[in-house]
Amino acid sequence: MTHRTPTGGSIDRNTLLRFTFNGTEYTGHPGDTLASALLANGVHSIGTSVKLGRPRGVVAAGSEDPTSLVQVEAPFSEPMLLATTVELYDGLVARGLSGQGRLSAEPDPARYDAKHEHCDVLVVGAGPAGLVAALTAARAGARVVLVDEQNQAGGALLGVDEYLDDRPSAEWVADVVAELKSTPGVLVLERTTAFGMYQDGFVLALQKRTDHLGFAAPAAVARHRVWRIRTRQTVLATGAHERPVVFADNDRPGIMLASSARTFLHRYGVLPGSRAVVFTTNDSAYCAAIDLAESGVDIALIVDARAEAPARLSTECAARGIEVRAGQFVTGTEGSSRVEAVLVGDQRIACDTLLVSGGWNPVVSLFSQARGALRYDSELGAFVPGEELPTVRVAGSATGELDLTACTRQGRDAGAGAARAAGFTPGGQVPLPASDSRCTARSGLVLWRVPGSDDTSFVDLQRDSTVADVLRATGAGLRSLEHIKRYTTIGTAHDQGKTSGMIAAGIVAEALGVELGEQRPTTFRPPYTSVSFAALAGRDRGELHDPVRVTSIHPWHVEHGALFENVGQWKRPWYYPQPGEDLHTAVLRECRATRESVGLMDGSTLGKIDVQGQDAGKFLDMLYTNLMSTLKVGKIRYGVMCGVDGMVIDDGTVIRVGEERYLVTTTTGNAAKILDWMEEWLQTEWPHLDVHCTSVTEHWATIPLVGPRSRDVLAAVAPDLDVSNEAFEFMTWHDTTVAGVPARVCRISFSGELAYEINVTGWHGLTVWKALMEAGKPYGITPYGTETMHVLRAEKGYPIIGQETDATVTPQDLGMSWAVSKKKPDFIGKRSFARAENNRSDRKQLVGLLPVDPAVLLPEGSQIVETDRLPEPPVRMLGHVTSSYPSAALGRTFALALVRSGHDRIGETLYVPVEDALVPVTVTESVLYDKEGARRDG
Amino acid sequence: MQLIPCPWCGPREEAEFHYGGQAHVAYPEDPSALSDEEWAQYVFFRENPSGPFAERWSHSAGCRRWFNAVRDTRTHDLLAVYRVGEPMPEVTA
Repeated sequence: MTHRTPTGGSIDRNTLLRFTFNGTEYTGHPGDTLASALLANGVHSIGTSVKLGRPRGVVAAGSEDPTSLVQVEAPFSEPMLLATTVELYDGLVARGLSGQGRLSAEPDPARYDAKHEHCDVLVVGAGPAGLVAALTAARAGARVVLVDEQNQAGGALLGVDEYLDDRPSAEWVADVVAELKSTPGVLVLERTTAFGMYQDGFVLALQKRTDHLGFAAPAAVARHRVWRIRTRQTVLATGAHERPVVFADNDRPGIMLASSARTFLHRYGVLPGSRAVVFTTNDSAYCAAIDLAESGVDIALIVDARAEAPARLSTECAARGIEVRAGQFVTGTEGSSRVEAVLVGDQRIACDTLLVSGGWNPVVSLFSQARGALRYDSELGAFVPGEELPTVRVAGSATGELDLTACTRQGRDAGAGAARAAGFTPGGQVPLPASDSRCTARSGLVLWRVPGSDDTSFVDLQRDSTVADVLRATGAGLRSLEHIKRYTTIGTAHDQGKTSGMIAAGIVAEALGVELGEQRPTTFRPPYTSVSFAALAGRDRGELHDPVRVTSIHPWHVEHGALFENVGQWKRPWYYPQPGEDLHTAVLRECRATRESVGLMDGSTLGKIDVQGQDAGKFLDMLYTNLMSTLKVGKIRYGVMCGVDGMVIDDGTVIRVGEERYLVTTTTGNAAKILDWMEEWLQTEWPHLDVHCTSVTEHWATIPLVGPRSRDVLAAVAPDLDVSNEAFEFMTWHDTTVAGVPARVCRISFSGELAYEINVTGWHGLTVWKALMEAGKPYGITPYGTETMHVLRAEKGYPIIGQETDATVTPQDLGMSWAVSKKKPDFIGKRSFARAENNRSDRKQLVGLLPVDPAVLLPEGSQIVETDRLPEPPVRMLGHVTSSYPSAALGRTFALALVRSGHDRIGETLYVPVEDALVPVTVTESVLYDKEGARRDG
Repeated sequence: MQLIPCPWCGPREEAEFHYGGQAHVAYPEDPSALSDEEWAQYVFFRENPSGPFAERWSHSAGCRRWFNAVRDTRTHDLLAVYRVGEPMPEVTA
């Protein structure tokens, strides 16, 4: 049986759309929502409630609906959509939810994007007030953006069959929209919800561009677009939501807001049922009753909670045979999957629909987000905008005004005021349309609930939260609405309490015996309606989420089976497994080959900063703990940088390129931070210094060539270079030609072995790498990754900043007093070294740990304790393991650790809890391999 | 998303900026002449007023210049911006 009217509604009755709901096939029309199409098919029961499993239907016709949650399954599975806001399309498959959906396991193939828009006047809401505001501002010459969440303009006019200026209101709306769209500089966005309002006129709006097309949605068009609107002035014409009244068993399908039933009738040509009872506290529901009666619905009774029913509307009802009872209340309902009877006092009235109106709540969400203060309007029973803001105006029923002419006048004033504030001069006044509406809702009674069974009187239908829950909260001593919201979960569902929040506040005030005006309403937060993470992410997904940086040699690593490690945004080769190798075996092989013959790695990611200027040396003397200005051109020095607190922030080498030019290297992950650090000091403290810093990380491909045979390999590819130890000393550099390419070769070692760091322009990196591989063949040259680099440096006790350090470690703690100048009068961090705290003997210091069992590998991060049996907690922790590896050179495992008084504990046995055991370890110096440094010169 | 008026680039979105803490905390002329307590004041202690507060900001995703701003910590309103080296302007909160 169809519940569709023979005519009317803005649906295309000539086109049939097929859809499936809960496994059953139905039909609807273009212009329908899923909810209207279901109601037209007599389907009222959508899902079940989240906690109690009670049937839930459709309460409201728009985005304020608390109950009609569905999961759309086709074309793409998407949870937690409202049937009232899903536009119907052919082939739609959906099912009702019980408060929880399921994310698709498939990747979402749709595109999402974002767009920036700048305007003078933003109007939110294309109802009568918003349209007049937009038109007024547009005629004044302002750049106007008008956003509206519906698929067509009109707002509340879409749900009535009223006339404006003696013609259907839709014609007036169409004329205004046509003028707006043809005005240059005006942007009208349909299906676009302003969901967040922020400082300085920043508004986020979500446009649903292709959802309504279903399977026909073009893949190339972004499905959702987030508009990032920056506006000088805003007019909020966001309308009002009808509010229900709470009574026992008020949650059955078939119980609907009166104005929503009227909207289903006029906008979609759908009758909500065949026999209805109306329960109201104000005039507006009478219009719904009269319209539905004229469309063939049997209105069994209007129950008006007020002592007296309105005379003129009662007469109109009497003329249509509708009984009106004043001063009475609906006290309960009966039914199973749908309301079957309504209880009014001791009378039981059979019906299949109950229409409820408890007055109107202005939609003040965005106003509140804009930090506008709200005021309780006791006549309306709702919070309304309570102050004027310099850049935000409110017009229409969002102010609490419910008379249409008054609303449009507010729209005109707000539009003109906004245009003026944005620097425009409005010309003649936009004429206000004359309305034939016979219902104004202002003369209402504020009624939150009808006393009855508290346990079945639902305040938040989505959360299954009842009057009993609210009273439990107040009974437990809660007074703040924010606390009660969290205690009861009222207003925390998808709808954010659009229909329940005000009622909850009212019931709380009654229970506490306080005035609502004294209560602070809960804070409205973005988003106003649900926004998917996909929409917020936009194009920033997958490889566009974060830049991936690769070196010029990267293709070779990929080709040779390297596994990669992410270091910041960089992809660095981690190790190069050969067939059958895991991490440990590959790294042992790479380490052995490097220490015994020659290895090479891609060190291009090393941060490099070109520091130039007359005062470059003076500047670096302040930044590093050791002297850099005394470095001779052609030489290299290792340096440590500290913060003003004396804690290590980075280390690296400094190359003196010329009298006024240095090349500074940083750890891979700190390159940007150290450049910022330099700029900060230069700009804020020492602007008089002549120093310029430039990041040159990407200019250079850097290849450490490491091992006793590295000299032979280098000699083979650098014929002009005297590679002898005498001619090319440790910590010096030479410009030469390597593999036919201009190169800078530095003698630096991060492994203790004879080593050269070959730098060429990024363009030649791959060529030189290949040439080194070729030249190294006779020596079994072995490429190695970051893991082997870590092992080789750890064997030598070289710390990695960020692994051995954590912003509480000084150079002295690392055993690097040798790198701290005693000569310099000052440098950053120096004064802190003299602080008592920095001189405590029980500071954590870097040491080596050798597990007594040489096969045991300590997990990095393990705690270190003093005794072989754990005492009662609290157990004193001495420190933690910072690095731990098996070592090919030592033939055993080893670790580095920060240990309290570590330097004094060398030789002691300490214990490391690993799972259920306490592993004994011997404390050693941090340098475990080649302590004499005999291998450095080959 | 607040707009911050960079003195070099004009109003830009706050996401382009980096906060640098209290302004006008100069690096001491001679740290070695300070007592531990005086040095600790420089390293660790900063004002935290309710109301106008002179702060350092860096337009880190723009011109990369540091500048100073007076911000009302109650409202986040930026009452004035000025370049490094300039005195803090008079503001009314």
